[in-house]
Amino acid sequence: MADEEKATVKERPSRWRGLRLIVLTGLITLLASVAGVALLVNILQRKEEARNPFYRVVELTDETEDPEVWGKNFPFQYDGYKRTVDQVRTRYGGSEAEPHTPSAADPRSFVSQSRLQEDPRLKTMWAGYAFSRDFREERGHAYMLSDQIYTERQQAVQQPGTCIHCHASVYVGYKRAGNGDLMKGFEHFNKMPFMEAKNSFKHPVSCIDCHDPRTMQLRVTRPGFLEGIQALASSDDPVPNMQSVERWRQGNRQEPYDVNKLASRQEMRAFVCGQCHVEYYFKGTEKRLTYPWFKGLKVEQIMAYYDEQQFKDWEHKESGAPALKAQHPEFEMWNQGIHARSGVACADCHMPYTRVGGLKISDHHVRSPLLNINNACQTCHKWPEAELRARVETIQTRTFRMRNIAMDALVQLINDIKAARAQGKTDQELAQARDFQRRAQFYLDFVEAENSTGFHADQEAVRILGESVNFSRLGQLSLRGGVPPQPAGPPPAPVATPSH
Amino acid sequence: MIGVAFGVVAGIGGFTFIYAKGYSYLTNDPAACANCHVMREQFDGWVKSSHRAVAGCNDCHTPPGFVGKYYTKARNGFWHSFYFTTGGFHEPIRINEFNHKVTESACRSCHQQVVQAIEGAHAELGGELSCTRCHSNVGHYTHGD
Repeated sequence: MADEEKATVKERPSRWRGLRLIVLTGLITLLASVAGVALLVNILQRKEEARNPFYRVVELTDETEDPEVWGKNFPFQYDGYKRTVDQVRTRYGGSEAEPHTPSAADPRSFVSQSRLQEDPRLKTMWAGYAFSRDFREERGHAYMLSDQIYTERQQAVQQPGTCIHCHASVYVGYKRAGNGDLMKGFEHFNKMPFMEAKNSFKHPVSCIDCHDPRTMQLRVTRPGFLEGIQALASSDDPVPNMQSVERWRQGNRQEPYDVNKLASRQEMRAFVCGQCHVEYYFKGTEKRLTYPWFKGLKVEQIMAYYDEQQFKDWEHKESGAPALKAQHPEFEMWNQGIHARSGVACADCHMPYTRVGGLKISDHHVRSPLLNINNACQTCHKWPEAELRARVETIQTRTFRMRNIAMDALVQLINDIKAARAQGKTDQELAQARDFQRRAQFYLDFVEAENSTGFHADQEAVRILGESVNFSRLGQLSLRGGVPPQPAGPPPAPVATPSH
Repeated sequence: MIGVAFGVVAGIGGFTFIYAKGYSYLTNDPAACANCHVMREQFDGWVKSSHRAVAGCNDCHTPPGFVGKYYTKARNGFWHSFYFTTGGFHEPIRINEFNHKVTESACRSCHQQVVQAIEGAHAELGGELSCTRCHSNVGHYTHGD
């Protein structure tokens, strides 16, 4: 009896041990085979992706305007493109979704924050101009058409059809209206009121605005840039980072500079963005969209051109100055900065290369590099994300402080002119102060309206703001009867104050 | 039963190894390192680099000697397979501490004379000088590094 018990006690552990060994081996081999198969499948997938960069499932032609159709062939790029609806703030930029009660006049249920509420000095700067009525933070590409249709500026004053040039995908519509001639279509819509012109267009910026549908090569399709870059090429402003322009200048210049024939692929990665992210004005009664690059891209060259044209956007309501509104001169500002000088294009930071499986594509979710620091910055700058963010924000904080100083100076000048006017000073007595206001205001706005808070060219941005402060103070001095010293550098030609 | 299990694992493993050109990792051919797509840019950069004539991937990224070389290959091979399969790694890819040391000693081995002169003069730093901190693009110039 005792012996039997002993035997079972002895037998049991060995049976258990055997079972445990089998289960354990089974588990290990199970895990190993799962890991092996997972690796295999992953490799298979990457190999497949690398074999065919894309599948052509639809035929794209020079008439294919709808991005959804292009998206069938290029689903990864299209996915990114659709995400430009995202509203995310950065420290000094980006937009935030604010709920909006839809009305008949404005059916949007979300808008971005009002810049006029954030900084009421802007209202003083733009007094008498539609921007003093409604000016909100810009949102992503997806909103470019609807935000232009529903801004209150449309109610303040009838906007020209020219605006559609950069608020919709216009290539196909322009060509259709011009019977195949892009330039004729452009002229056709410039003359129309915006509210009428908009009916011919459906999509915000789309694939065809930047890509040739047959080869996917980048190409410029917007008349404003086609003409603007020709004007720049014909000027003598050095553009060391645009090598194709410099080469053209050395040639016989018999044919005008043709961006789509001459520009390199890397240049095009900035030029397609420069189709819209620029300073511009509407020339003459036909409201032709014109990029003021005839003397160069720098603020003083643009200013000199406007002076020569005796152009003003509006007459300032409080001071009577012939004022100018700077738009969003990102392309001009970037050209003055170190990134442009080093051959870094807009797309390198705003649409950086990204890996999707075994594919390398450029990220079509166009956005602030601050929201994508690893792909946008770390490819070149091998520092931690926090360090890179801190560097950018240091530049922006300095610019923003300087912008506030310049804004205060401008408001003080405007108030002084207003007071002098109320005291009965004549237009002639006010002319010099008004001219300084025109300059101070355009220089300030050139940084204020530029979407990088100085980052695209930090020293240039602060130089421009410094000059703006100087113009404001010189304007104040001129009202006090002091003979103002001439500003540093070549003195700007005085602008004739239009009679009113 | 156990035999079957081992057979299956060995079969899957073997097939994956051949299908993924695993054997190429045992060679010295730099093209092997671009097999898995993620190092394409580094490979392209190396093709155009000054070091191409004198050093391949293994010369700088594995230590000398049979054991050290294949230990490093096996270690990296395992972690690369792990992270590329499961995802969640930092992009752009970066060298880790272990591999950085391997590369640093490779620099010192070929450029002994120069390095001795430099490190001798900076002995107080205790060998903390890093070659690649300044010469980060000699091996493969990827976008700006």
